[in-house]
Amino acid sequence: MTGNALTGLRVADFTWSVAGPLTVKFLADHGAEVIHVESATRPELLRVLPPYRNRQPGLNRSAYNACLNNNKYGLSLDMNHPRAKEVLQKLIHWADVVAENFSPGVMAKWGLSYEDLVKIKPEIIMFSTSQMGQTGPRARIGAYGTQLVSLAGFTHLTGWPDRDPTGPYGPYTDTTIPHVGVAAIMAALIRQRRTGKGTHIDISQFETALNFISPILLEYAMNHRVTTRRGNRSSRGAPHGVYRCQGEDRWCAIAIFSDEEWKKLCRVMGRPELAAVPRFASFQQRQENENEIDRLISAWTADQPAEKLMNMLQQVGIAAGVAQTGKDLLEHDPQLAHRRFFRELEHKEIGKHHYETPPFRLSKTPCELTRPGPCLGEHNEYVCKKILGFPDKEYDDLMAEGVLR
Amino acid sequence: MLQNGWMMPYRVLDLCDEKGFFCGRILGDLGCDVIRVTKPGDDPTRKAGSFNHKTSDQQERLFWLAYNANKRSITLDFESTAGKEIFKRLAQKADVVIESFSPGYMASLGLGHEEISNTNPSLVMTSITPFGQSGPYRDFKASDLTLWCLGGMAYVSGDPDRAPVQVSSPQSYLHGGAAAAAATLIALYHRELNGEGQWIDVSIQEAVAHTLMNVVQFWDVCGIILKRSGVFRTGLSTAANQRLIWRCKDGYVNFPIYATTGGAQSNAKLVRWMEQEGIRDESLSAIRWEEFDLSSASQEQFNRVEDSIARFFEKHTMDELYQGAIERGIMLYPVYGAKEIQEDPQLMARGFWSNVVHPEFGEITFFPGSPFVFSGERQNIHRPSLIGEHNEEVYSAELGISDDELRSLRQAGVI
Repeated sequence: MTGNALTGLRVADFTWSVAGPLTVKFLADHGAEVIHVESATRPELLRVLPPYRNRQPGLNRSAYNACLNNNKYGLSLDMNHPRAKEVLQKLIHWADVVAENFSPGVMAKWGLSYEDLVKIKPEIIMFSTSQMGQTGPRARIGAYGTQLVSLAGFTHLTGWPDRDPTGPYGPYTDTTIPHVGVAAIMAALIRQRRTGKGTHIDISQFETALNFISPILLEYAMNHRVTTRRGNRSSRGAPHGVYRCQGEDRWCAIAIFSDEEWKKLCRVMGRPELAAVPRFASFQQRQENENEIDRLISAWTADQPAEKLMNMLQQVGIAAGVAQTGKDLLEHDPQLAHRRFFRELEHKEIGKHHYETPPFRLSKTPCELTRPGPCLGEHNEYVCKKILGFPDKEYDDLMAEGVLR
Repeated sequence: MLQNGWMMPYRVLDLCDEKGFFCGRILGDLGCDVIRVTKPGDDPTRKAGSFNHKTSDQQERLFWLAYNANKRSITLDFESTAGKEIFKRLAQKADVVIESFSPGYMASLGLGHEEISNTNPSLVMTSITPFGQSGPYRDFKASDLTLWCLGGMAYVSGDPDRAPVQVSSPQSYLHGGAAAAAATLIALYHRELNGEGQWIDVSIQEAVAHTLMNVVQFWDVCGIILKRSGVFRTGLSTAANQRLIWRCKDGYVNFPIYATTGGAQSNAKLVRWMEQEGIRDESLSAIRWEEFDLSSASQEQFNRVEDSIARFFEKHTMDELYQGAIERGIMLYPVYGAKEIQEDPQLMARGFWSNVVHPEFGEITFFPGSPFVFSGERQNIHRPSLIGEHNEEVYSAELGISDDELRSLRQAGVI
């Protein structure tokens, strides 16, 4: 171990909701010093959304909000107070990176546009990510990732061909941002170290999400074919599906990509004679008769535990995977447990609960999860006095006047 | 070298298959000199310059095309003795190696992180695998679908009365690739400060698990297993399902009833629009949206509200609703397919699409652009290289291999 990868990096984090906070969390997980600035007057969306510990609401009780902000210091400001500028000025002086994901124009309203920041610190790196990007006729549309999923094609691509489209779970497009965002911030920092130049990073969530469906965009661009949802079918393998197993709502995916794997599957199913059936012999034939094959497989999987089935198939070299629930991930997955994907931290109001680590391990500078997500304004005093250097008296004044709350 | 907006001072050797294509693509977008290294045997036609593919599957071809832009290409049989030596020489001059082979494969060739870093201690090696380099699932077979399932996303996606579903354009490897790019750049930043390289172990399963939002937390602190809920959404209200996807005249739109100040305004504006068009619903008009508590509203309340809204949407097209929503500030988006996305004015205005001319695929006028815009400038797209297109440039000019040696390597099938 040689310390953390990002020790010494300072981030003023104005982000909220999901995409922004998760981007900055990955930096904080690797040792960056992060001050998460929140509005004291308008608590952020995720603070007022469940899951709350024991289902009791409270600004400091949302476990998801906490999980996106571990290792960060919490500072709560009345952003519209005339004296908020005094704190913000010092914060910008202190920071290497300013991160935000408001609608374009919001930061400018507080005197924190890129142009404003450059006046305070010319080499600053500003990371902005918004639904539509900083420019263009629709830059200021005020919707969330929950809807962008539809604009960016994912709803259309997810579900069953004989039913209405459903889309993947939640504001999925938000989840395309964090890694791309970290890559952009790191690249900007490296360039700044070498050239002295700062930059304004403009990441559109719409455009980034589209980078996750490039093949179907090329299919239309090149062949004028619109790809649509097809359940769990694949153009490369058959059978290819998620099959019902024993128990309530238990499922296991099986993906067969060669004739050899098909024969193995037939043997594991105890139906070696199926391997000799001519209409199942090739990929193309299996694809044509996939409904029939799916029924045969389902009849076999229905009375087997999903985990047992997966292990049995994996033993003969077939790609299989349980459709895991949140509970499975946290409590039953031996691989995630081996890698210590979840770490328990004790939060003042939520108590002990679990935080995700980044999906990668750096051999010499691994992530370290040290502090739970902050309560609103939890580190106001520490941040102002120890990090920004306000004298005690000035801090007391800021508190008394309600600049900090 | 390919000229990009930013010239990052790094050379990346990209040995990845489809599991890691996106990692090199992102590094290439950011201006790194990414060189794809493929084994000559991987090309069934064994013809330099040909498009490299084992199958003729269209989706696979397009996946390759999309995520191999902004890379140079060389061929090398790094399993052969001579090939290994050349690889070591390449790695000596490289900053990063990214690979997605099964755990242990690179080490079995004598090209693992330990061996390479003996001669180049500042090298960053990034290994992308389905489950990571160690652990009980390390040797499990995987595919996009099985990782989507084991990462937890399938279970919460789709209709409740049917099987969990995928996105019908593979996602898992892209999350893994993006995570790998982020990790690689974190390691490179660290290296700028103290010169040390390291080995990065990426788990695609974990990358998928990071798309789960609040699913694990719902179990962890509430004991609730979130399930898939079809056109409704779950995970916000604990009391009811709310419709998210609605039919309209020519397709579907996405509109949630939101809480908070912004949501209240959006809801109220929709109700006013409906009233203007003669859809009057006393109970709907009577709702004070700023007081409407999303987290405790009952199913009955939601159903009542939704009936009127559904009638209104069915009278209009996607375009009418999207346009009307933009004008009024309503949080509504249409359910777009590839065609509508290509025609979207916001993407056009921002210069998202690239024009790419490829010797085999011809001109592609709507090649999806880079997501990176720095101080107003978007990073370029260079067409995917032909297999081995840069052999001479890299081996002769940059590695200094003599023409004679190159000829004999070619004859031996190493290059």
